[in-house]
Amino acid sequence: MLRLCCVLLGLTRRQNFDWGKEEKFVKIGVPKELFEGEARVALTPDSAKQLQKLGYDCVIETGAGTLAGFADKDYKEAGVEVVKTAAALWKAAEIVAKVRQPNEAELKRLTKGKTLISFFNPAANDAGMEAAKAKGANVIAMEMVPRISRAQKMDALSSMANIAGYRAVIEASNNFGRFFTGQITAAGKVPPAKVLVVGAGVAGLAAIGTSTSLGAITYAFDVRPEVAEQVESMGAEFVYLDFEEEQADGAATGGYAAVSSPEFREAQLAKFLELAPEVDIVITTALIPNREAPELWTAEMVAAMKPGSVIVDLAAEKGGNCKLTVMDEKIVTENGVTIVGYTDFPSRMASQASTLYSTNIRHMLTDLTPDKDGQINHNMEDDVIRGATVTFEGEITFPPPPPKIKAIAAKPKEVVPELTPEEKRAAEKATFKAQTKQQVTLLAVGGALLLAVGLVAPASFMQHFIVFVLSVFIGFQVIWGVAHSLHTPLMAVTNAISSIIILGALMQIGSGSFLVILLASVSVFMAGINIFGGFLVTRRMLAMFQKS
Amino acid sequence: MEFGFTTAAYVVAAVLFILSLGGLSGQESAKRAVWYGIVGMALAVFATLVGPGAGLWFLSLVLIAGGGAIGYLVATRVQMTEMPQLVAAMHSLVGLAAVFVGLIAHIELGRVMGMDHATRATLDGFAGLLAHKSGVEINILRVELFLGVFIGAVTFTGSVVAYGKLAGKLSSNANKLPGGHMLNAGAAALSVICLIWYFNTGGFLPLFIMTLAALFIGYHLIMGIGGADMPVVVSMLNSYSGWAAAAIGFSLGNDLLIVVGALVGSSGAILSYIMCKAMNRSFVSVILGGFGGTTGPQMEVEGEQIAIDADGVASALNEADSVIIVPGYGMAVAQAQAAVSELTNKLRAKGKNVRFAIHPVAGRLPGHMNVLLAEAKVPYDIVMEMDEINEDFPTTDVVIVIGSNDIVNPAAQEDPNSPIAGMPVLEVWKAKQVFVSKRGQGTGYSGIENPLFYKENTRMFYGDAKDSVNALLPKID
Repeated sequence: MLRLCCVLLGLTRRQNFDWGKEEKFVKIGVPKELFEGEARVALTPDSAKQLQKLGYDCVIETGAGTLAGFADKDYKEAGVEVVKTAAALWKAAEIVAKVRQPNEAELKRLTKGKTLISFFNPAANDAGMEAAKAKGANVIAMEMVPRISRAQKMDALSSMANIAGYRAVIEASNNFGRFFTGQITAAGKVPPAKVLVVGAGVAGLAAIGTSTSLGAITYAFDVRPEVAEQVESMGAEFVYLDFEEEQADGAATGGYAAVSSPEFREAQLAKFLELAPEVDIVITTALIPNREAPELWTAEMVAAMKPGSVIVDLAAEKGGNCKLTVMDEKIVTENGVTIVGYTDFPSRMASQASTLYSTNIRHMLTDLTPDKDGQINHNMEDDVIRGATVTFEGEITFPPPPPKIKAIAAKPKEVVPELTPEEKRAAEKATFKAQTKQQVTLLAVGGALLLAVGLVAPASFMQHFIVFVLSVFIGFQVIWGVAHSLHTPLMAVTNAISSIIILGALMQIGSGSFLVILLASVSVFMAGINIFGGFLVTRRMLAMFQKS
Repeated sequence: MEFGFTTAAYVVAAVLFILSLGGLSGQESAKRAVWYGIVGMALAVFATLVGPGAGLWFLSLVLIAGGGAIGYLVATRVQMTEMPQLVAAMHSLVGLAAVFVGLIAHIELGRVMGMDHATRATLDGFAGLLAHKSGVEINILRVELFLGVFIGAVTFTGSVVAYGKLAGKLSSNANKLPGGHMLNAGAAALSVICLIWYFNTGGFLPLFIMTLAALFIGYHLIMGIGGADMPVVVSMLNSYSGWAAAAIGFSLGNDLLIVVGALVGSSGAILSYIMCKAMNRSFVSVILGGFGGTTGPQMEVEGEQIAIDADGVASALNEADSVIIVPGYGMAVAQAQAAVSELTNKLRAKGKNVRFAIHPVAGRLPGHMNVLLAEAKVPYDIVMEMDEINEDFPTTDVVIVIGSNDIVNPAAQEDPNSPIAGMPVLEVWKAKQVFVSKRGQGTGYSGIENPLFYKENTRMFYGDAKDSVNALLPKID
């Protein structure tokens, strides 16, 4: 089906060309990444097909996808044009998508009206923004996509963090001399590995999931107590501190953790020191936006760990959560603890990372192309697009205004105080009393009314009246038990039996004048319709109710 | 045949009727319960025909057979979406029959009263029954038949108007004549005056004037109530038709009529109560029409409605594990239930947990949605009530709202100034994703904005419900 659509779309395009309607398709270009060791690519054959559906043509620099496992041939099959040089690509494409922050040479290739979609690190890249501004290019920084539900599909930071979390566990396992899972074998007993994940953001949660599925006993810590539920849902145990303090609501900072107070930090470090001799693997993921990474795993803790233990520091780029970490390197301490400080985890899983990143890019372009006509509509009124844009039409638009909608965070649950047994009993007693009171009042009023009627009404009337009251009573008792789903059949059946009025007409039809006979006949006739119609339609309805 | 036999037959019939209503507590027992009702009715009619007072039984049988034939045709041909108007139409017949029976009682009473003692003693049948009444009993009889005619007349015109609105033959807007409820109050006051007049004189004129007034009340009252309040109206009319039968039972001295009338009356009253509670409105405010006054400005709705196409909905459905479908009147209007059922089958075949959430006032008749879904062969054990399913929304991946609006409006919980504040609603917005199938951007029946449509996890799937769901079907794989 999909393929068929593509073919059809392709046909119409070619035809347009043949007929010489001067319709030129906007090209999306993806150059080869220049950063040393970067294996990811911003376009995959799959995402190219999706982009073509939006009305774009795609063009890629030769060899751009090789390191991620996508050959030029695959791109060609997906209808992507492959060009030889970066220069030709930048010239041909009006929209350029890439992964890493562009370097100076790349920035020079921007021209007025070009759109660049990439990681850009605008907070520490004034030079880059000035260059883009000078060229008049529009730059969308993928890390600036606001963290709101609607934009999750283009949140490249999250999809990269997910990969980093997974890969961190794999790296740790690679450097750890034992199984993760506990086993009892003929050759002896193997204890399960104990893993501590510090920081339960996207990367942390991915690490927790990977670690538990490998069979390790996993602990997790985060300064935001509200994530405890998520941690536990992934199968890890949340490490609680003996500390009473209202934590700042994560929602105020866009879902990120805020800086914690000194007292809190102390309690946290004490807890970690207590855990250090026990755990085999520590994965730290604590980052605070635009700050140096907080030191969470001190040298003292490293010293307390068993030889052969592994620390994977995902915050290495910002100085590391462990001060012994060396960026981009793996070191072994004196007491035999391996510390991994790689910063290129996503690139180490280039195929997966490229697939996810190119999907993020594709979603971003979908939002930029609301009409699916292959024309960019850079709508600065849109929260997501506005937030991610750092330069637009010759102006720097960073930092963006705060988003209209704040990140959603669970409100702290209002704790309902547990009632003591005495209080519960008292409450029950009170409701019981109230109910009794209500019933007694009703009965008393009803009884008094009945007696009052009985005083004036003759005996023959009272006989019928008793029947009436009892029937109403039975009716109330019986009808409350009727299932909600059967209310329509109930109406139909009550309809049918309320035609019991036919009895009245039948009793009258034989006595008296022509007028009486006429009216009674009409009544009998109408009631007849109702009886048969009502019962039959009820049966029809009930027959339809089937159990799966 | 002896009088004792008739009474015995009535007792059996009454028990059967009670069992037949009680059996509706479950789907399976209900299938048996209908037979109790049918047997009870047959027994009651048979006993009356052979019992004292009946005459012209051949004519009666022919008339019943003729009515039965029409009833059979109607019952077998009616579409399930037309159920509300059918029920309303049937109520009108009961109402009219009650009016006629009451009038006959009046005519007979007049004839019997005109006779001397000797002739009276020779009377048998219904006239004979009247002849043996004392002065006080005659007076009571007048009140009873007056009430019977009054309620019957209100039921008649009320049901006719309800039928017109439900069948789309009348505008479903709330329309009132100038003067509004004062007209109704005036007509009611006139009826009370007529009652006193009739009580004292026994003349035909007050009865006639009252009948006209009651017919007007029925017409005007229901004209003033909008389409979405119809569940309450129909169950109220159901209740009235019961009370009318009971009142006639009193005047004829027939206990079975009283029993059945009381059963039906209380059943309708309970249904009305349940419906009103589900809308968090008092019965009076529904009957008086329109929504009650608000206490302050409503909350501003921020954000925008974001549309989505069938591809987007289908891919979300393909990825989801648990799906809840919330149908409303819009599904009935678009006749989309068969398509929805097919969608359900496809999703269930893929091992997804698909359920339906039914709000008590969804549709135009109590239990309307259940019947439509049952018709489309949706198994009833995946069709849940609001209370059963409301807690499950936070763990649900996708919610599809088809043609309902006010019953999923978060303003009922979030905005104390909203006209529907406090009404119990289905908390669909707590699910991960919500798709709303809707014809256009308009507001619901109550005319209030629905903040659900502006939520971040909500996407609007515009278009006719049936076409929209059919467009989804080939994309689910």
